[in-house]
Amino acid sequence: MSWIEAIFAILVNPLFYKLTLLSATPLIFSALGGTYSEITGVTNIALEGIMLMGAFNSIVFTLITGNAWIGVLMAVIIGVGFTWFHAWASIRWSANQIVSATALVIVAQGTTSFLMIPIFGNEGQTDFIGRVPYIEIGWLKGVPFVGDIFGSMSPFTYLAIAAVIASWILMYRTPLGLRMRAVGENPEAADTLGINVFKTRYFGVLMSGALSSLGGAFLSVGELGRFVENMIHGRGFIALAAMILGNWNPAGAMWAALLFGAAEAMNLQLQSSSIVSVSANVKPLFNMLPFIVTLIVVGGFIGKTRSPAADGEPYEKES
Amino acid sequence: MDRSKIYALLVPIVSVIIALLIASIVIIIIGKNPLTAYRIMLEGAFGGAEQLANTIIKMTPLILTGLAVGFGFRAGVFNIGAEGQMTIGALMGAIVAMNIGGVPSVIAIPLSIIVGMLAGAFWASIAGFLKAFTGAHEVISTIMLNWIAANFASFMVTGPLAVGSGTPKSPEIAEAAKLPVVLKVQATELSIGIFIAVIVAVVMYVFIEKTTTGYELKGVGFNPYAAEYGGISIRKSIIMTMAISGALAGMAGIVDLLGVPPHRFVGELTGGRGFDGITIALIGRNNPIGIIFAALLIAALRTGSNAMQIRAQIPNDIVSIIQGIVIFLVAAERIVTTLIYLKGRKGVTTA
Repeated sequence: MSWIEAIFAILVNPLFYKLTLLSATPLIFSALGGTYSEITGVTNIALEGIMLMGAFNSIVFTLITGNAWIGVLMAVIIGVGFTWFHAWASIRWSANQIVSATALVIVAQGTTSFLMIPIFGNEGQTDFIGRVPYIEIGWLKGVPFVGDIFGSMSPFTYLAIAAVIASWILMYRTPLGLRMRAVGENPEAADTLGINVFKTRYFGVLMSGALSSLGGAFLSVGELGRFVENMIHGRGFIALAAMILGNWNPAGAMWAALLFGAAEAMNLQLQSSSIVSVSANVKPLFNMLPFIVTLIVVGGFIGKTRSPAADGEPYEKES
Repeated sequence: MDRSKIYALLVPIVSVIIALLIASIVIIIIGKNPLTAYRIMLEGAFGGAEQLANTIIKMTPLILTGLAVGFGFRAGVFNIGAEGQMTIGALMGAIVAMNIGGVPSVIAIPLSIIVGMLAGAFWASIAGFLKAFTGAHEVISTIMLNWIAANFASFMVTGPLAVGSGTPKSPEIAEAAKLPVVLKVQATELSIGIFIAVIVAVVMYVFIEKTTTGYELKGVGFNPYAAEYGGISIRKSIIMTMAISGALAGMAGIVDLLGVPPHRFVGELTGGRGFDGITIALIGRNNPIGIIFAALLIAALRTGSNAMQIRAQIPNDIVSIIQGIVIFLVAAERIVTTLIYLKGRKGVTTA
């Protein structure tokens, strides 16, 4: 049974775990972002578009400034500004949140493709612009297995895990976190208690913009060092699935993102496995794997998690 | 006309105008002249018989994807997966159309279209079924199905269906399955596809407004709890809505393939037309007749922007920006109604 043999060979190889962590990194950022937004009661299915903007802007500003970290910072700032439109429409104007977020996804696709020629002079993808180097831990490299995974790792991955821990503390151990959850569960009651529903919701939505931008920036300046049109490939929506599977909890979102990351890592490793030689035209079938896993998870587990009670409901002060 | 009806007409129009104004600022930023750009766009879309024929060819599948998304909206389902349903519809319909030589067109064409519709309906029903029975949000599941469809399509054209070398493509469909051409302008052939699309729009109008089933599905979209109280099964309605929506999207895919050269399945063929359906449904206010005009507008933007790209070196992606802004403004229509209201009040005070 060459298939079982191949999967076993992949599972005992540390490279699989390293790829799982790397594939999960953008999903962790965005699933965490989605959690921030929805926990305050605003759905944000625009993560895909915000990630695309993040990937694009970080490359643009790396090109301009020559420093990838400044690129990342600018991507976050612009991403927050871009996400503000969704927050404004949803909170101030009681917009249909699904539709307004879809608008952001389409504007992001249009804008990034539109600016390719004016900024980079070519379509499709940019040249290599620059990337954030991996963190090398020399002494760890000698350790078997663990060293192969963490000896050389993207700083974004550490940042993502730190963000998960910080967010968990913020949401469950601080007054702000309590306010956020109150606003997402019962805005009327929260309002009566003197919590500013609108401000809290703006905070939640804008945080989703900042985190998703980081997720997008990871894919360009964190990994490839270049921007490729539509490079997010549905990850923003997979992140939403991770948020749901994670039961709107930062730690849950991380575990779910790791599961989807593992599906992607398995896909990549199977395609390059020497035990089951995969011919080129069958590769698209393997590329379905992360999407099928997501579909099954969304279909199979969703009834077992619970969304914030006022998720997606506009709040209007009675006047 | 009462106030709400006037707003129903004004909001999409004002949204499109605002979007065109913002897009012209974008054009200025990249150092081009928006007036020239829009003039070339108009010429490219309507400037002659060939341009007009091209716009109508583009408009045909857009009416159908617009109907697909619009019908979903009416029944309370956001089908963002028209893209994937279109791909699967075109793929399955094309497989029939390739192998159907030797029968008359009156059989070959309807059979290919029906298979395409069924395939689209099946693909969308997966999401409908998941939503009805597990509560999986259709936005996530239809997007996943889009990616699965795209990968499957690219597998089919590079593997089992592949012919020739160069860009992946399937064999040409049988002569009998090609839609009759009504007008030939130089190299551009206009098929009867546009009539099919318009007839389907009228049928959908009658179905939604004049039949009991249409009324029930609309009722579920308007207020699911009241509908259920009234004895309508929500689960059944959701699956049926998705199936009808998917059938329309699948039809968009196969009608386009039967009607437009090269009459081959070429993989990820839809070029964003499934997403165009969202804009069209929103501009057309989910009304089948409104959708015909909205499809004309988006088709004109698409053909016109190609001319703009070639003649004025402005990337045609500007259309996506315009569409996104329109969708945003229609979603938050209170922004637009407030603007109209303020404008109206200002007019009164200055007069």
